Amino acid sequence: MAYQNIFTQVQLTHAPEMGIGMKPGSDPRGTAVGFNHLFGRFGQAQLGPIYLGWTGLLALLCGFTAFEIIGLNMMASVNWDPIQFVRLLPWLSLEPPGPEYGFSPIVPLAKGGWWILAGMFLTLSVLLWSIRTYRRARALGMGTHVFWAFISAIWLFLVLGFIRPMFMGSWSEAVPFGIFPHLDWTAAFSIRYGNLFYNPFHALSIVFLYGSTLLFAMHGATILAVGRYGGEREIEQITDRGTASERAALFWRWTMGFNATMESIHRWAWWFAVLTTLTGGIGILLTGTVVDNWYLWAQEHHYAPAYPSTGVIDPALGSKGQ
Amino acid sequence: MKPNLMLRLGAVLVGAALLSACQLGTKSAKQEGYRGTGMDQITLAAANKKIDPINVVPPPPYDPPKPGGKPAREAYQNVQVLGDVSEDEFSYTMAAITQWIAPEQGCNYCHNPANMASDELYTKKVARRMLQMTRNINTNWTQHVKQTGVTCYTCHRGQAVPTENWALPAKGNPDTILGNKHGQNMPLVSTAYSSLPNSAFAKYLLNANSAPIRVQSKISHPSPADKTSVMDTEGTYSLMMHTSSALGVNCTFCHNAGSFQAWNMSTPKRVGAWYGYRMVRNINGEYIGTLASVFPKHRLGPMGDPLKVNCTTCHRGINKPLGGVSMVKDYPALRPTAPMVTAAAAPAPAAAATKMP
Repeated sequence: MAYQNIFTQVQLTHAPEMGIGMKPGSDPRGTAVGFNHLFGRFGQAQLGPIYLGWTGLLALLCGFTAFEIIGLNMMASVNWDPIQFVRLLPWLSLEPPGPEYGFSPIVPLAKGGWWILAGMFLTLSVLLWSIRTYRRARALGMGTHVFWAFISAIWLFLVLGFIRPMFMGSWSEAVPFGIFPHLDWTAAFSIRYGNLFYNPFHALSIVFLYGSTLLFAMHGATILAVGRYGGEREIEQITDRGTASERAALFWRWTMGFNATMESIHRWAWWFAVLTTLTGGIGILLTGTVVDNWYLWAQEHHYAPAYPSTGVIDPALGSKGQ
Repeated sequence: MKPNLMLRLGAVLVGAALLSACQLGTKSAKQEGYRGTGMDQITLAAANKKIDPINVVPPPPYDPPKPGGKPAREAYQNVQVLGDVSEDEFSYTMAAITQWIAPEQGCNYCHNPANMASDELYTKKVARRMLQMTRNINTNWTQHVKQTGVTCYTCHRGQAVPTENWALPAKGNPDTILGNKHGQNMPLVSTAYSSLPNSAFAKYLLNANSAPIRVQSKISHPSPADKTSVMDTEGTYSLMMHTSSALGVNCTFCHNAGSFQAWNMSTPKRVGAWYGYRMVRNINGEYIGTLASVFPKHRLGPMGDPLKVNCTTCHRGINKPLGGVSMVKDYPALRPTAPMVTAAAAPAPAAAATKMP
């Protein structure tokens, strides 16, 4: 058989595959099913049936509420002008409460109360969706790896918007909702705390982030390269001579002396992805709570090199003010 | 097959060029710091050759007069600032100022032609204070303007009101979200088109009592002495972006990006900038600020304060205003070598040539 890829895949027209039956006591699954040729070019052509359930329904409702609060606040900031809204969208934001409110949950809506509400609904939304990934995995008799990976991402999200502001005692430490505003916040955060690149957990997070892309590239390339032998499908012939799996394993053993296995490569990839946000969250949480200037911390702990002095002296020394 | 391949290759190359945000033209890179620290300045060679006409020094109105002669205070009435210069020097300076500030309106922009000594026009009172300011800058702020000095033209560039100015931003109603962008989130030149706060000038450059610019802690661990919030940091970031775009330089012109704070990693240029911020505060607070009641309404900003200066007012996109040409050497009246005599003549509290902080 000629090897198939997304460009040559044959799309069979058939009766929709409805999946296994639901466990007794489950919410009803949708019955709407369709086929889309374009979808079939990138994955499965069949759409649905979807299982929404109460977690999915509430997650979507909460997510929509957060999206609306953010969007309508941005729109109000340009006096409900749709043209200005589109034009200025990348600049617009919903800001957290100012330092004067500390970490109080009661803040006037116009002064950051909307931000707290949007954050609350968004948090509910992602938590409910994570429960959904857990329950669907269990319903199919699967492991819960997707759930735990999602929890790792939610950990970083909550550190940025809730846990660290709580330890700092101020909502004003949290990230604004907005395209450019959250990027400006990120840069300002690094500037304020003496350069986040000297934060070892930030360094670990980057290693795992870039490592994830490297592993994904290696794994994706390997499987595509043996696709002509059905490498993406074969399981039972995995130990046989000349199979796609053996070729893939030999390729890496010949190239770098070591090869992952069909199982372990996915474990590698999963841990790299999960550790990106896990270590990132730890790095953010330590900033401002335990370490206030990462550059000075790195110098004190011989973590970063000290470069030769340029001989420039602070002109504020010996004069008042700064 | 061949033409198809060429077409594909062409599409890929065009796509790559579009995504690279590249600037065409030859670059020159100069290492300005320790190796491996990214301390280099990359400039566009072709852009260096092309000079914006706004940054070209205009010639003097006529050949500078020889020194000597009767002092201006004896030749004319009501000469409060330039009384110590000669009569010829005085006329020469006045002619130059007219060219620099009101080339179309002429002398009558500030003077009543029937009585040149009269102070009835507000512009004359402003001009007098500005002359005191210029002389103050050239004698007391040499850490920033060096021996290059400044003239009226450094800011004015042929305009009665320098085009690059700022005023306190209009305050919206803080109790509503309607039309309230919280003083940020607008693509403005003053914030280098970022969504950073646009009140940085008001916060840091208003006068000698302006907020401290520094945000980083002096010790590695949290202490009650260092409580600057990330929100406050955005103000400093905004000011730095302004300075960077005003001078047409990157952060590494002054700072080592490893530690923006550490002076022993910074370039000597940062010291000049430090004095620059204080000079701007002095200009805005002691000179322009004291003229609030002199200016007519149409010359004031939305909050009723006069239009003030920032880095761009002089620098106009280059790190040395007017290409570093010393203009003041042709106008010695603007750089008194003798101790300044303006203090007694200046209007009340703002009079004293401000001491260096």
